[in-house]
Amino acid sequence: MYCSQKDKRLAVIMLIPFLAVLFLFVYGFIFWSVRVSFSAWDSILPDMTWVGLRNYQELMGSLRFKTDILNTIYFTIFFIAICIIGGFILSYLLFVNLKGEGFFRTVYLFPLSLSFVVTGVLWRWIFNPEVGLNALLRTFGFKAEFGWFTSTYSIAGFNVALIALIIGASWQYLGYTMAMFLAGLRGIDDQLIESAQIDGAGEWAIITRIILPIIKPITFSAMIVLGHISLKIFDLAYAMTGKGPRFVTDFPGLFMFETTFRGNHYAEGAAISIVMLLLVAIVIVPYLASSLKED
Amino acid sequence: MKKKVLAILVVFLVASALVFAAGTKEQKGANTIEIFSWWTAGGEADGLEAMFKEFSKKHPQLEIINATVAGGAGTNAKAVLATRMQGGNPPDTFQVHAGHELIDTWVTTGFMEPVTFILKDAGFMDKFPADVIDIISYKGEVYSIPVNIHRSNVMWYSPKLFAKFNLKPPKTMDEFFRVADVFEKNGIPALALGDNESWAATHLLESVILASLGPDRYRDLWNGKVKWNDPKVQEALTNYTKMMKYTNRDHAALANMDAAGYVAEGKAAMNVMGDWAAGYYYSQNFKQGEDWDWAPAPGTGGVFIMLSDSFGLPKNAPNRENVVKWLELCASKEGQDAFNPIKGSIPARTDGDRSKYDRYLNAAMDDFATNAIVASVAHGAAISEPWLTRVNDIMAAFTTDLDVAKATREFQAAADRYAP
Repeated sequence: MYCSQKDKRLAVIMLIPFLAVLFLFVYGFIFWSVRVSFSAWDSILPDMTWVGLRNYQELMGSLRFKTDILNTIYFTIFFIAICIIGGFILSYLLFVNLKGEGFFRTVYLFPLSLSFVVTGVLWRWIFNPEVGLNALLRTFGFKAEFGWFTSTYSIAGFNVALIALIIGASWQYLGYTMAMFLAGLRGIDDQLIESAQIDGAGEWAIITRIILPIIKPITFSAMIVLGHISLKIFDLAYAMTGKGPRFVTDFPGLFMFETTFRGNHYAEGAAISIVMLLLVAIVIVPYLASSLKED
Repeated sequence: MKKKVLAILVVFLVASALVFAAGTKEQKGANTIEIFSWWTAGGEADGLEAMFKEFSKKHPQLEIINATVAGGAGTNAKAVLATRMQGGNPPDTFQVHAGHELIDTWVTTGFMEPVTFILKDAGFMDKFPADVIDIISYKGEVYSIPVNIHRSNVMWYSPKLFAKFNLKPPKTMDEFFRVADVFEKNGIPALALGDNESWAATHLLESVILASLGPDRYRDLWNGKVKWNDPKVQEALTNYTKMMKYTNRDHAALANMDAAGYVAEGKAAMNVMGDWAAGYYYSQNFKQGEDWDWAPAPGTGGVFIMLSDSFGLPKNAPNRENVVKWLELCASKEGQDAFNPIKGSIPARTDGDRSKYDRYLNAAMDDFATNAIVASVAHGAAISEPWLTRVNDIMAAFTTDLDVAKATREFQAAADRYAP
């Protein structure tokens, strides 16, 4: 596209305020947090004495932080898996059977319009071991004993209390992945599928050999979006369960908030947030790198 | 069409801008006082309002700016306050738990001015119990004016359930376990607990520790002189693990008020909670003596674990003179008697007007005047906030895994780091 020297200059001028804000409030503060995480700041008064990795070492030794990291990993895996698989199934059903599509699409998308705080409160009531789902089951004569988010069982480090949170979060984001997949499915050339059908391909073969490979980039972006939501999760757990008994429903975000703003352990709080940043970076950076390469 | 939409949009934007502009308008004339608290609802907000009325009666020329930040136990308010104080923009005065929460967070770091002169000038020094003056002082100076007192070590019990099994409310830990066994055999949770926020577990623990240690050694545990491997502390921790067997199974999902409610509803026999539970019972129309009654937590008779809300004087408060007037009211009998009957707490002064308080509060005032007074851990009076967050974290694990040895190690490590 043609653009004059004057236009270019104007563009640069228009961009400067944005870039200045970006560098100050994003990169500047990331750098500041890194610096704080290496300091001895442990009360209201800043104390920038350099203590090296001490804050990180203390985190690694803390039961709460270890539980948080495990919780985050398990939560992320299940949350993404359910949203991707479930979202694909829903979108495929809508795709092949157009009846009432508008209605179902809206129904599935509605939860997305709520905030995690609202969802958290709703699911907290539903999964309350005495008055929620369990009470309903009991009226039908079942012996509902499962403690849901208060359960302290764990299998291979997976706290089963997380199931309640995973259901809540997946319920909310299922519609989102469904909408993304539906858009992808709509973009597939009908002729491709028709010619495959003429060649005698069954439905399963069409899904696995044609549809899935075509929508792979969508799956990938959905995973990235969901991944960074779940790695930073705070509001859902805060509203729904809190840290839970023996931290079964705790996440680094909650830990960071309580450490920094309740306990005034600013340096340690900064260290937690840097670890969270690194976790998200592990997911985002390869994605950015690959999409830059494509460009 | 497009123009219409645009016009509507502009109207909305301008309107919302006006709304926000009105909300944040600078109102810091010399005739104002900004009072910062987390009392946004219920009896505490009404009590604060009653104090404002008293204040306006005395100083009609002053305008009160009621700066509240909602959120239980002040978590959100504390974060906002920290930002303002660090940014050099302190409110004129703010609500803070008396004791170490105030002293370790704000006084030792040099953000506060002493207020001893207010008490001395008004001749109020001897109107407060010496133990209370001790708790609000640092290096011989008083740093905040306590407006109310709550008691932490209260056991709420169901008279109906105790009568049903012909039992008496336990006075000692041994009696507690004996009584608890009876309830357990009959399928009733003896001890209601609602620790979905872990401070409620800490709240229970402080009474259990006091029962084993007594007031002097309890104080020494929280200033680092008594070690956590002390036999009496170990006894207390073991008692705590035993008590967990008698709790309601849904305790981890329950808020502290729900647990107190279980007692009045006859779903559980006993609950250890601060005396704001009485206010809750009254508000729910539960009848004292029928649905609920009280006694000191087992083994803690004769001792009063106190916590207190107080107001202080930040350095560089924009309207220092007005704050002094406010704090004078806070320390006065009229101020305390305006606030406390409504809030459901007792005055920090010992000369409150008895006729204004209900039966529970009158009994609490009797105990407050005669008992040994120690500071609450769970509510920021006995230890600093950094230490308390560690204790709450340890309790979140201890209440579940009941591992005394591990908890001892962790409690001691926290004490080594944070004890004064």
